[in-house]
Amino acid sequence: MPKVIVPLGPQHPALKEPGNFTLMLEGEEIVDAALRLGYNHRGIEKAAESRNFIQAMYLIERVCGICSHAHATCYVTNVENICGLELPRRAQAIRVITGELERIHSHLLWLGVAAHEIGFDTLFMYSWRDREYIMDALETLSGNRVHYSINTIGGVRRDIGKEQIEDILKKLDLVESRTNYYIKLATQEPTLHARTMGVGKLPKEEALKRDACGPLLRASGVARDVRKDDPYLLYGELDFKVITSDACDVFGRVYVRVFEILESVKILRQVLNNMPQGPVSVKMPPKVPAGESVTRYEAPRGEDIHYVKTDGGVNPSRVKLRAPTLANFESVAYMLKGDQLADAPLIIAAIDPCFSCTDRMAVVDKLSGQSQIETFKDLRLKSIEHYKRKGIDFSKL
Amino acid sequence: MKIILCQLFDILIYPGLLFLFAAGLTADWVDRKLYARMQNRQGPRWFQPLADFVKLVSKETITPKAVDSPLFKVLPYIAIAAVASCIMMIPLQNMDALLSFQGDLIVIAYMLTIPTMCLFLIGWYSSSPYAAVGSMRVLTQFFAYEVPLLLALLGPAVIAGSWSVGDIAFYYNAKPVMTAVNIAGLLVALIALQGKLERVPFDIPHAETEIVGGVFTEYSGKLYAFIKLAMSMEMIVVAALFSAVFLGGSLGLSGVLGFLVFIGKLFAIIFISALIRSLMARVRIEQMINFCWRVLTPAAMAQLIISIIVRAVYG
Repeated sequence: MPKVIVPLGPQHPALKEPGNFTLMLEGEEIVDAALRLGYNHRGIEKAAESRNFIQAMYLIERVCGICSHAHATCYVTNVENICGLELPRRAQAIRVITGELERIHSHLLWLGVAAHEIGFDTLFMYSWRDREYIMDALETLSGNRVHYSINTIGGVRRDIGKEQIEDILKKLDLVESRTNYYIKLATQEPTLHARTMGVGKLPKEEALKRDACGPLLRASGVARDVRKDDPYLLYGELDFKVITSDACDVFGRVYVRVFEILESVKILRQVLNNMPQGPVSVKMPPKVPAGESVTRYEAPRGEDIHYVKTDGGVNPSRVKLRAPTLANFESVAYMLKGDQLADAPLIIAAIDPCFSCTDRMAVVDKLSGQSQIETFKDLRLKSIEHYKRKGIDFSKL
Repeated sequence: MKIILCQLFDILIYPGLLFLFAAGLTADWVDRKLYARMQNRQGPRWFQPLADFVKLVSKETITPKAVDSPLFKVLPYIAIAAVASCIMMIPLQNMDALLSFQGDLIVIAYMLTIPTMCLFLIGWYSSSPYAAVGSMRVLTQFFAYEVPLLLALLGPAVIAGSWSVGDIAFYYNAKPVMTAVNIAGLLVALIALQGKLERVPFDIPHAETEIVGGVFTEYSGKLYAFIKLAMSMEMIVVAALFSAVFLGGSLGLSGVLGFLVFIGKLFAIIFISALIRSLMARVRIEQMINFCWRVLTPAAMAQLIISIIVRAVYG
């Protein structure tokens, strides 16, 4: 049978953001897959260096539209560590609340996207409707639906009132009953089974070898969760389980995410019912001392790592972030091989990819097909050349 | 002169092209509205399919450079012609079809495969990887659902002892109890219909998240509007065929009452189709083929045997 090359992306209905998956097909079977990133590179890390610490926080929050709180908290924790600030317990609780609400809405969103990839649009519509409760809860809490901006260096921006707590608890009951319905659905609907079981196999050893993280790794049977392994905020005192599955396929990833919603509800109930009293923020020192810090944070998609370096100036001198999708991306090529074309969108969706978090710049030489990562030095030289042609000389800077 | 005018009326207005056009768009709307309501959405207003059609017709039609066959432009019209010819042989508001002869059931079944063949050729001539994969899937799927569909249609014909759709409907009117014998056949036919009309769970040939538009990927403007219209019309024709073959047509009524009965049955079939569509996920092509050959075909065969026995005992 002749081999057909089917490009999936950069513009394709299965992808919500631009990415490229070139699939080599034999009939319907994928025999080879090549992955390419870089359509959405925005240079946020570099841009953060030309902003002060508060401005950079709002910028970092915009790395991702879904796990915005994860990135912002990760960055802010770094700055607080460098300043040596002790976070008030009430502020920590509010950060946990926002983070867990964010996890629920991200997982519900993912459930809808995955259902859409296999043509189950009814589940897509239902789970996105239920996600609205959480979006509303986040709006009552922070004033915003997407970029909550609840953080500030040294605490949080807004306190939480009694009515808000009751409101969120009420919405959690709704979401919990709906999640139980989805669990029933996922275990009983035969077409859903047929499409998810045994698809996109990622054995435990391969997942570890490829540095997978988050729900993808937990669905391969490895109980790794930053909230348990390296507790931050209040997570050390909270009672929750790390959900794992030995299925190692897309069904396992559905299982892990759906049950994680229930765990998040459990965490939220504990925090909301025992809110610590006290202030919600401490004063940020006028000058951030020189230093560096690394923080890990369990974002809905997996482990998010941020590094911040300061030199005592008004701006951070280096911000580096590693989004979970970058860690999981390596596994996609492995999972695609040997599966059917029909499963490709689902396998890609199953890592819950977020390309704009992940994108790095690479230059591909069309003639030789070789690619190389542009370093900052190369880019700087190129920009100097560019401006020289316009008659401005930056080479002295 | 009068005969020619009557024939022109039949071909162009009722039950020909204009009726099929209106009914196809209405069916499209009913289907979309039901689908939306089942998904907790509002759904489109009644004129949305018409608005879509008018908009598409007024848009530029782009033919890719790599397409070198005139068939690319002709196939949508062939599909519509085949579907519209079928409606002449199906009894609608009364018990008689315009054209009725022994064996018209087989002719209809074969005429209804022409749109599917058109879809395959459309994908083949589009010279796009998505369309090529789509057209391979159209053909693979065709061999899976067509056998149970045809077998299911044979059941009533065996019981009624006639190869004519009109005769079958007439027989069921005379003996309504016999309809119950064919319930399993109707179910098989309804499921196979999802494959024929390429709807969830068998919308594999144009699974948008996998192969974009499938065979339609390179189609735009007028040509796309007409190929979509052919699919909507096919839905009406198949639903009308099922109502005549399995459910006794217009129940012996004629005129306005007969028409209402006919429309009621039509929409009942569309409702079931929309229900199946909203309750399931899309299956993979090999799962679809396994299901059709392992479940649907044996079920249809069993139904056929039951029909033969019933015919021998009570016929």
